[in-house]
Amino acid sequence: MSKEKMFEINRRDLMIVGAATAASTGLPATAYAEATPEAVVKPDDLASLDDTLKSTVSFTVNGEKHELSVDNRTTLLDALRERMQLTGTKKGCDHGQCGACTITVNGRRINSCLTLAALHDGDEIVTIEGLGQPDNLHPMQAAFIEHDGYQCGYCTPGQICSAKETLEEIKAGIPSNVTKDLSGPIEATDDEIRERMSGNICRCGAYSNILAAINDVKGQNA
Amino acid sequence: MRAFSLERASDPQQAAKSAASHENSKFIAGGTNLIDLMKLEIETPTHLVDVTQLGLDKIEETDEGGLRIGTLVSNTDLAADDRVRRDYPVLTRALVAGATGQLRNKATTGGNFLQRTRCPYFYDTNMPCNKRNPGSGCAAIGGYSRQLAVIGGSDHCIATHPSDMAVAMRVLDAELETVDPDGKTRSIAVDDLYRLPGDTPEKETNLKPGEVITAVTLPKPVGGKQIYYKVRDRSSYAFALVSVAAIVQPDGTGRVALGGVAPKPWRDEEAEKALPQGAGAVMDTLLADANPTDDNEFKVPLAKRTLAAVLQEAGN
Ligand SMILES: Cc1cc2nc3c(=O)[nH]c(=O)nc-3n(C[C@H](O)[C@H](O)[C@H](O)COP(=O)(O)OP(=O)(O)OC[C@H]3O[C@@H](n4cnc5c(N)ncnc54)[C@H](O)[C@@H]3O)c2cc1C
Ligand code: SF4
Repeated sequence: MSKEKMFEINRRDLMIVGAATAASTGLPATAYAEATPEAVVKPDDLASLDDTLKSTVSFTVNGEKHELSVDNRTTLLDALRERMQLTGTKKGCDHGQCGACTITVNGRRINSCLTLAALHDGDEIVTIEGLGQPDNLHPMQAAFIEHDGYQCGYCTPGQICSAKETLEEIKAGIPSNVTKDLSGPIEATDDEIRERMSGNICRCGAYSNILAAINDVKGQNA
Repeated sequence: MRAFSLERASDPQQAAKSAASHENSKFIAGGTNLIDLMKLEIETPTHLVDVTQLGLDKIEETDEGGLRIGTLVSNTDLAADDRVRRDYPVLTRALVAGATGQLRNKATTGGNFLQRTRCPYFYDTNMPCNKRNPGSGCAAIGGYSRQLAVIGGSDHCIATHPSDMAVAMRVLDAELETVDPDGKTRSIAVDDLYRLPGDTPEKETNLKPGEVITAVTLPKPVGGKQIYYKVRDRSSYAFALVSVAAIVQPDGTGRVALGGVAPKPWRDEEAEKALPQGAGAVMDTLLADANPTDDNEFKVPLAKRTLAAVLQEAGN
């Protein structure tokens, strides 16, 4: 079975799951059943979709080239998770507010939930999986483990991707809302780090340990 | 999200033509506002025109000594540009006061101007909202209106425009450059871009169907102390309750625009003549027609005090 197939739920399964969920929430099952045709079309059904409603896109993810045919509605986040099985990137709010879906595109961190996969032709994408693996951790990943920069861990991949870029952005001299002097170099103070990490919410409140982890990596780079 | 066709435009006029020839079309730039609203089916375009490949991502100096900012320049790159930091610091300050690092990396200059209101009822599709569903009523009037407008609204809508950047652009006398489907170009001052709601709050700008923003120009730098103060419920990552963009010259004259209080950046060139007399004198004219709700009447004295703090920081 292809990697892609393994993760796929066919429409019939989806209806059954939908009905079960509906039953347990007390909603009429039909509400869910009717809602499915509106859902983003899965790869198996792409053939049935009008050509104008889908796109072919190729981009590099963690150094590997991918070419995908996608329903135009597919967000980059869903493409990563559901089409490439890169489930390290998390779906939190799905509205750009929580930062769990943070990845980098062409060297800049973004919320992958608020962009369409079809708009990323030719782009270089790096996810948490591309930063480092258990036997070869990125220093930021190692520092989060060392400092316990999480409790439940759900926001962690986004926090780590954001933390790495936070230090890069400071080094590149990109100002933030707490930068006092716009003309000089910027120092990676606690205030600067906190302000720049404000787009990554941690419901467990591990903020102080996240800050400690980032400071640790900052020290290693100095 | 409703299904839509997607077209990658190769030049501005073609983008404009494509948008004009499809009945229910939208341009997409950073997507950080549009995709959010499409997920909620508040925006339901059936055709998207991708403007991200138009090459409009440069900041150039103009013959007049100002800057011409391509519409696709990201909020991060605009804020970080050395010329902007040096000559138009109020713009950098306003940009970094908005959203988050991730969002600013994706958000574009043109898209930021055209982001839609954050009125909670506009987002809640179970509630009446004249802007989202013309004629359905306004749940905010008589509802929860803490964040909403104290001036410029109407009996049909009291939404505020949420952009921080646009407030700084207004105080800097920026102009937008556009191209229409016939290839005609024009410049539009920020104040003329936005319409007040009146009885058609769903019509937010004076852009014509298909008209695409290509750039924003800043006139020659005017110097002065440039300050952006944003007052909000949290000190980071929240929309403004009140914001002040100000340019204060050594002799005490200057310019002031307000954010968070109206359907567009709020500035009155007559009111700011009173700057040397202090914040109270300016606000008495600028907000003379304020018509706040019980929930948001605090914004009127807050605006005055925020400007007073700005003037103190400017040393006047
Ligand atoms: C969680 C969150 C917090 C935020 N906080 C703030 C904040 O504090 N302050 C603030 O100012 N903003 C804030 N924002 C809003 C953010 O600044 C906007 O979403 C962003 O600027 C929009 O730019 P974009 O390029 O992504 O626009 P898009 O989403 O691509 O487009 C927005 C609109 O502009 C139109 N458009 C885009 N480009 C053109 C063009 N060239 N010509 C004609 N029309 C065009 C589109 O059709 C669409 O209608 C926040 C957003 C989020 C999600
Ligand atoms: S204030 Fe405007 S946007 Fe808000 S509910 Fe009323 S009509 Fe809708």
